[in-house]
Amino acid sequence: MVQYNFKKITVVPTGKEFVDIILSRTQRRTPTQVHKGYSISRLRQFYMRKVKYTQENFHLKLSTIIDEFPRLDDIHPFYGDLLHVLYNKDHYKLALGQINTARNLISKIQKDYVKLLKYGDSLYRCKSLKVAALGRMCTVIKRIGPSLAYLEQIRQHMARLPSIDPNTRTILICGYPNVGKSSFINKITRADVDVQPYAFTTKSLFVGHTDYEYLRYQVIDTPGILDRPFEDRNIIEMCSITALAHLRAAVLFFLDISGSCGYSIAQQAALFHSIKSLFMNKPLIIVCNKTDLQPLDKISEDDLKLVMEMKSEAMKTVIGQGGEPTDDSGVLLTMSTLTEEGVIAVKNAACARLLDQRVEQKMKSKKLNDCLNRFHVAMPKPRDQKERPPCIPQAVLEAKAKITVEKEKRKLERDIENENGGAGVYSASLKKHYILAHDEWKEDNIPEILDGHNVYDFIDPDILMRLEELEKEEGVLQGLGDDDDFEMDGAELSSEEQAALAEIRKKKSLLIQQHRIKKSTAESRPTVPRKFDKDRRFTSERMGRQLSTLGLDPTKAINRARSKSRGRKRERSVDGGVVDSMEVDGDQSNKKQRLRSLSRPRSRSQSRPPGELVPGEGFRDTAQKKKAIQMAKGSSKKRNKDARKGEADRVIPALKPKHLFSGKRSNGKTQRR
Amino acid sequence: MRLEKCWFCSSTVYPGHGIQYVRNDAKVFRFCRSKCHKNFKMKRNPRKVKWTKAYRRLNGKDMTQDATFEFERKRNRPERYDRSVTENTLKAIKKIDKVRVDREARHHAQRMKGKKAQVLREATKELEQSIHMVKAPAALQEDSSLTLPKIKVKVSQPTEDNHMLE
Repeated sequence: MVQYNFKKITVVPTGKEFVDIILSRTQRRTPTQVHKGYSISRLRQFYMRKVKYTQENFHLKLSTIIDEFPRLDDIHPFYGDLLHVLYNKDHYKLALGQINTARNLISKIQKDYVKLLKYGDSLYRCKSLKVAALGRMCTVIKRIGPSLAYLEQIRQHMARLPSIDPNTRTILICGYPNVGKSSFINKITRADVDVQPYAFTTKSLFVGHTDYEYLRYQVIDTPGILDRPFEDRNIIEMCSITALAHLRAAVLFFLDISGSCGYSIAQQAALFHSIKSLFMNKPLIIVCNKTDLQPLDKISEDDLKLVMEMKSEAMKTVIGQGGEPTDDSGVLLTMSTLTEEGVIAVKNAACARLLDQRVEQKMKSKKLNDCLNRFHVAMPKPRDQKERPPCIPQAVLEAKAKITVEKEKRKLERDIENENGGAGVYSASLKKHYILAHDEWKEDNIPEILDGHNVYDFIDPDILMRLEELEKEEGVLQGLGDDDDFEMDGAELSSEEQAALAEIRKKKSLLIQQHRIKKSTAESRPTVPRKFDKDRRFTSERMGRQLSTLGLDPTKAINRARSKSRGRKRERSVDGGVVDSMEVDGDQSNKKQRLRSLSRPRSRSQSRPPGELVPGEGFRDTAQKKKAIQMAKGSSKKRNKDARKGEADRVIPALKPKHLFSGKRSNGKTQRR
Repeated sequence: MRLEKCWFCSSTVYPGHGIQYVRNDAKVFRFCRSKCHKNFKMKRNPRKVKWTKAYRRLNGKDMTQDATFEFERKRNRPERYDRSVTENTLKAIKKIDKVRVDREARHHAQRMKGKKAQVLREATKELEQSIHMVKAPAALQEDSSLTLPKIKVKVSQPTEDNHMLE
């Protein structure tokens, strides 16, 4: 049986959605490709499968709808009636019936068309048969579209119904509108029902839960009922009537003594008498609410008489049940939800009465004997006439008394907080209850961290002793250390020796650097062999300088070198600042000249015109060199015109220059850019 | 609030710094900065990474065992507060620090003891062996000190001018 969980009903799609879902499913889950050339049986099979698959899916989905919606005859009459009141049983059944017929129709369509497909003779015919079948199924669904929409509405509403268990302990609150039923339920449970000054604020049933003696009770708040003949009642009132009629609950009939709800006591009494038939076999309590506006004793005679009449009616229900004739304290109660006096009393009375009634009923039923047979309370037989009451030591009794006294007199932290300004203003001192050797230590502020150490790691009661030992040790060690402290001083290199050492190291590092450069470039770049000294690095003055720094006299070596080098051919230059190398003496390493030659990019001792052949460059003759220069210029000409720095420069400063991509033409079309 | 030690380099992690990583076996790794964290993620062994304290202690560069380390011990059991003990502790921390620093300095000095002599030896050897790079053997024969050779500069005398002036 569905445990009244109407929230679990699957969503009912609309007609169009339904069709879409099923058709797309068919398309996805069945093979899609078929060709003319396939054998006819294969074609037939393909299309039959589609038709069958569609029908199966429709069937499945429609069956779930039909199964999940509750059958009004099978569920508890309270829910059956409630659903009838809300949705009209007939419409509901009709809608479900329509769905059922649709399901059957679709099955029939499928059977017919499969039979036809079995004898389809071409791809085209099979295909059109399938199209027709699916089309008809979809029309069927389209026709039941309104029913589906209606069922969806019902489902949504049902999901929001309060989950009332019809079999558990229930307390029902009824009465005229605006008497204070919702305020009451707000007070005793955690329900948050709207309370407003206008009538019919509560338009449906609301459930809250409350506890009494370790048992949970449902409290149901109903919309107000007016005094009308049964046929004239609207849906909202019918909800409460249904609840009253079908639920086995304790009924709290609310009476507004002050009349501020807009209805007099007479009217309310009239209502009571008209629905008292519904209170058969239910523990009834009459609750007079709003006593803060009008206490019960001060109402008029007639009203009092009416109230007493109601009370006597209610008493009848008591008598009928537990056989306690004169217990009238639990029948007529007064309370005020505004000042909260009497609210708890009403709740307790209602719960107690309900519990009694239920226990009685259970006792009368047959199942009880099975339970009773299972346990047995043993009562020891009294041995003699001596009284033996339970023995409680005096100290315990005194302690208990003291605790109660203390509890009333003790000042709570909460009170202190409220005195000093409330939660945001006052913060309780957590150190108040520390147990220390001296009380003044309680407010001490201790550093947790000192100089990169955690203070807490060092704490030790005998730290002073250990520190003393440490310091003694340290003193000893220091004494030892001072003895062999002096280092071998004195033996050091002189400044000239140091200069020589520095020079040696510089030379070494230079050699290493040059070697590394040579090693790295040797693979990628061919180096000019030394005999074609284009940069004029290996000159005789240089040799002379190097020899003289080494401490030797270079004149002889220079002379020899020069005498040997005269044989080389050299094209005479036309003009231009000839600095005859002959004139420079080897020893006269003229600093100024040296510097000047170093500052030129290539230390040229002669300026040459651009096309002239220089031995060591690798050209055969001047003509070849000139051609080479021309070719180089030609290749870079185009690049220079594009303002590119070199081959690899691919920068585009403006990828979409605005003037090319925008603007209208003064005449003509802008069809392409 | 506690100062922790970085798992990788063993420096102190102050509050608000670094990252803590908790592994599936509930072991917590604290790092002082992303350098240590990234090294850890690369699975480097701190004992092999030169700048960490672990390496230095392992290879004898820093002091390993000492009485001053015994004073600092993580306590798990809370102690009742005692003002005098705390005062003494605070004063003691400073003194212990001083002692520890002195000892570390001594350790370092002990390590660097023979350095000067070694440097001198190496320098003299290099000078002797490579003096030929800056001084030709011929010059060395004349003047056998291991210094740079003296450069002789020729100065031309304008004798005629002198005559004129005179």
